[in-house]
Amino acid sequence: MTSIAAPPKRLLLYALPIVILLLVLPFVVEPYQTVLLSYGLIFAIAALGFNLLLGYTGLLSFGHSAYFGMGAYGVAFIVKYLKITSMEVFLLGGILASTLVAALFGFLCVRYTRIFFGILTLALSQVLWSLAFKFFWITGGTDGLRVPTPSLLGGQVTIALGKAQDKMDFLAHRYYYYVLVIFCVCVAVMWVIVHSPFGKALQAIRDNETRAEFIGVQVWHYRYVAFLVSGAYTGLAGALWVPLNGLTTPDILVWTFSGKIVFFTVLGGFQTFFGPIIGAVVFNYLETYAVGHTVYWQLVLGVVLVVLVLALPAGIVGTANRLFLKVRRAT
Amino acid sequence: MDVLIIHFLNALLYASVLFLIAGGLSLIYGVMRIVNLAHGNIYAVGAYTTAWAVGRMLGSAPAITLYALLPVGAVAAAALGAVLEPTLLRPLYKRAEEYQLLITFGLLLILEDLLRLIWGPYPLSASSLYEALGSLSIGESIYPTYNLAVIVVGGIAAAALWGFVYKTKFGVILRATSQNMRMASALGVNVNRVYVQAFTLGCFMAGLGGAIIVPQQGAVLGMGVDALVLAFVVVVIGGLGSLEGALLGALMVGVVREFGIAFFPEIELAVLYLMASIVLLIRPAGLLGRA
Repeated sequence: MTSIAAPPKRLLLYALPIVILLLVLPFVVEPYQTVLLSYGLIFAIAALGFNLLLGYTGLLSFGHSAYFGMGAYGVAFIVKYLKITSMEVFLLGGILASTLVAALFGFLCVRYTRIFFGILTLALSQVLWSLAFKFFWITGGTDGLRVPTPSLLGGQVTIALGKAQDKMDFLAHRYYYYVLVIFCVCVAVMWVIVHSPFGKALQAIRDNETRAEFIGVQVWHYRYVAFLVSGAYTGLAGALWVPLNGLTTPDILVWTFSGKIVFFTVLGGFQTFFGPIIGAVVFNYLETYAVGHTVYWQLVLGVVLVVLVLALPAGIVGTANRLFLKVRRAT
Repeated sequence: MDVLIIHFLNALLYASVLFLIAGGLSLIYGVMRIVNLAHGNIYAVGAYTTAWAVGRMLGSAPAITLYALLPVGAVAAAALGAVLEPTLLRPLYKRAEEYQLLITFGLLLILEDLLRLIWGPYPLSASSLYEALGSLSIGESIYPTYNLAVIVVGGIAAAALWGFVYKTKFGVILRATSQNMRMASALGVNVNRVYVQAFTLGCFMAGLGGAIIVPQQGAVLGMGVDALVLAFVVVVIGGLGSLEGALLGALMVGVVREFGIAFFPEIELAVLYLMASIVLLIRPAGLLGRA
């Protein structure tokens, strides 16, 4: 894994222009583009959490829609039952709800690996989906639950009352920066996690479970904590997503949404740290573009996925890294 | 009492179709160790092809001969399988199984839209076959004869498959490959050919499931994804890779679904998934699976 062990100093040098670009973006492009990018950044947080399991622990979950959905529905329940619209409460509630579910599901799932882990996560996530789908008096059924525009930073930043056109401005500027800051924090925290002894232990488990056990790594325990962190990240993404979308429906709990999260990660490259981030943002543009231009957008995405798996299994970032190394060796 | 019999027949109807889908899924996993996420769409291809063929021939041929068109969907699904295995799946056997899940997920997306592209967004129906058989009376209730025919076909298919796998030379080779692919290969079995045959047979069964249920239910978009999740529940309960398990799982799911819809509709789906989760927890290899 030479690609992820790059020295942080040089990495910061690369990251700085990107962060500056992201900061000035709302003043340069149309609001629609910033909102679109917000979706991409939110999905990137989910993919980052998902990749802690796939890329670093070697567990392919086909049920991460459960945690994303719990984050979103957790927020919707806060609005519905507690009548609170503070974003900070949303985030706490979303993380709490998804971590609770991850604590339960993870407890059941991490005893297994490979295909059984994948199918068990899928089956459990479908339990939540069917509950959200059928208990319409609580969850609104297929109509979903509406979530109003929240107030940020403990009510310091809000939407101007009674101005309908302010909503777009709010989402494209204030909310975008909010998402951006959380995104940067999430990336930094995840970087620390995967480079900590804990992260190294996860990678040891991924590469050789038996050996890891022999040198004293408590495999079950580490996998469980990785599962929790992964679920909390995905739940946070769900909580950030729902005010942007304005509505949460059972669609985000269906297993095909889990497939999308897997797709983000493989598109970017799950053997790299930044792969899932790039993958999520690119996928979001790809999907929006495909949906906007053809009714057969699933066909486009499916072909991309098949070609990707057959021709570029290392994903965008993995392939770019390889090319970069090749060029450097040649010169 | 009549009501109970009708519930029971409906459960058998569900179970027949589910067995055809899940049996194919399980067969493919047993031999090739691939969980085919696009399997539900293969079932949908069977349903659409039959509905299309029946729609084309309707009016120009006597109603009775239309029943001969039912296998068309199964053959189309089998042909699709025979093309897909060597082209898309074969390059992946040496890679991690994550990639196999991904490529079949990609295939799911592609097939879903190909159906829309070919047959449009509106449902197709072959209900003339359903209506032509009329209904018979059970006690004071009536029951469609076609449903009974589906149950019979499901039973015959299960018996034929059992004979095929356990009583023929091909079945021996199939089981040998499934138990130890390298050893079978060393003994002179052409593993590539067994794989394509197993995948084709699995797709044929799914296609047959689609073909026989389409006169009763019609063909709609999304039917594949719905069926896949139920087939998953079936094979998880019965045991991935086990045909007897698929039969047992299909019967259990059929009964729970039918009585669930009748008596506790709100949590009918959740109960199914919970059943699968509990079985996985107690016996990860399924009730009749070998770990």
